[in-house]
Amino acid sequence: MSLRIVVCVKYVPDATGDRHFAEDLTTDREAVDGLLSELDEYAVEQALQIADAADDAEVTVLTVGPEDAKDALRKALSMGADKAVHVEDDALHGTDVMGTSLVLAKAVEETGYDLVVCGMASTDGTMGVLPAILAERLGVPQVTLLSEVAVADGKVTGRRDGDAASEQLEASLPAVVSVTDQSGEARYPSFKGIMAAKKKKVESLDLSDLGIDEEQVGLAGAWTKVEEAAPRPPRTAGTIVTDEGEGAKQLAEYLAAQKFI
Amino acid sequence: MGEVLVYVDHVDGAVRKPTLELLTLARRIGEPVAVFLGPGAEGAAAALAEYGAVKVLAADAPEFAEYLVVPKVDALEQAAKAVEPVAVLVPSSAEGKEIAARLAVRLGSGIITDAVDLEAGAEGPVATQSVFAAAFTTKSRVSHGTPVITVKPNSAAPEAAPAAGTVEQLSVSFSEAATGTKVVSRSPRESTGRPELTEAAIVVSGGRGVNGAENFSIIENLADSLGAAVGASRAAVDAGWYPHTNQVGQTGKSVSPQLYVAAGISGAIQHRAGMQTSKTIVAVNKDPEAPIFDLVDYGVVGDLFEVVPALTEEIKARKG
Repeated sequence: MSLRIVVCVKYVPDATGDRHFAEDLTTDREAVDGLLSELDEYAVEQALQIADAADDAEVTVLTVGPEDAKDALRKALSMGADKAVHVEDDALHGTDVMGTSLVLAKAVEETGYDLVVCGMASTDGTMGVLPAILAERLGVPQVTLLSEVAVADGKVTGRRDGDAASEQLEASLPAVVSVTDQSGEARYPSFKGIMAAKKKKVESLDLSDLGIDEEQVGLAGAWTKVEEAAPRPPRTAGTIVTDEGEGAKQLAEYLAAQKFI
Repeated sequence: MGEVLVYVDHVDGAVRKPTLELLTLARRIGEPVAVFLGPGAEGAAAALAEYGAVKVLAADAPEFAEYLVVPKVDALEQAAKAVEPVAVLVPSSAEGKEIAARLAVRLGSGIITDAVDLEAGAEGPVATQSVFAAAFTTKSRVSHGTPVITVKPNSAAPEAAPAAGTVEQLSVSFSEAATGTKVVSRSPRESTGRPELTEAAIVVSGGRGVNGAENFSIIENLADSLGAAVGASRAAVDAGWYPHTNQVGQTGKSVSPQLYVAAGISGAIQHRAGMQTSKTIVAVNKDPEAPIFDLVDYGVVGDLFEVVPALTEEIKARKG
């Protein structure tokens, strides 16, 4: 039977842009161009490698987001994913991680899956908790923050490199995995891949398709509330000296004056 | 005042500093009750009591080490049901965030991650976060259920406030999900003898300018003269010069030490995201136009191969 892999990806404001909050204190998605979150490219890459190693596999890429989020799906399709699912609904504006994970869980179930692959975190919210929450909601094992991953004989195995130790993990499918930026460089879409992606199917779903009430999502349905957001005050300009043989001494004097030495 | 559950991060019973910071912050919103999982609770209780834990709920079982994350979620969930706390605080480690997140789902609670400060508010604890690569500061609260908040290391200075710290056994019944992900083997990291990167008061980092793994000893020597942790930019890590566990930046560690020393690091957004909340920043870089100089309190435009070793000698001489 075919191995059904679903990759969850996020369309985010470019992290190198000048990101801001909108008036309702949600992430401003207008001022800065959006793209497929860089960390999710690693998830797409590992999903494609797992699919290549399997006898028969299908990779579906899934996102929850506004109309423009289709760009993220197109990128993943041009890398080689087989098809895409886009959950789009005006009521989703301002949804927090609890609501997003609820929508993803329903969409993953609706799509059918043996393995869900996620990135380690988004580059906008940067929480890094969605894969664990998704596993909790789906009631399947989480095998997360992997720098190496493989699927064989109905099991997923991988290496999780933590601060205190490196762990070898194993779980039975179905399961949710997340991969880090150490898992292997993501491929660039080829011209052929970009052309092929235009013909691939992008299925659109809304909340009613997934049986989710509007009250469970959106800004009003969020279980957290941002009360204030302010730009960090610019750091006061420091002293810059050019080393002409005395640079180290000058720096040492500064550090001593600040009581670091 | 209500009770605040504090999840204890420890290595073989030695309580790590971020937990003491959490106990300190917890006292602003209630009475800290520590949850200690694994062996060594009796030994750890003294430190937890010294920093304000009125109680230590302890559980030990092989499942905590043999399976990933979920057994600890089961324990914390049962502690939360028993205590009915006003909030649950967990250190913002990779594992801590995953434990907190699954706990929040089970409790029907909102979750806030990576808080850098915490204060009491009229409608529950208010968490400060540093977002968009630290370009913005937000204040948020959990508006549904028992607030579950993870707090980054170095968010508060631990303050002693002796309390009873009575150890009580927490009996935990494991869920079916607990044994879902097996930890087949574990290889502990070799200790470098240096402070933990995210917890260190001083961090010395090297970047592309270090120009080779063999040259990182220059960075390490400066770090050792200051009693600092060693960090590296993504460029240095991607080049294979230094381990990924030491990477500072958006896809590595985010640090907030008293002093951050950047050597041979240009200061791209990827790096700034991980260090610009540091209290004092100094840099050595040969390019006067490097963006890192926009952040520094003190910068030296110069060759790091001359300035850094000379600085190390200068510090050693001053320290005698």
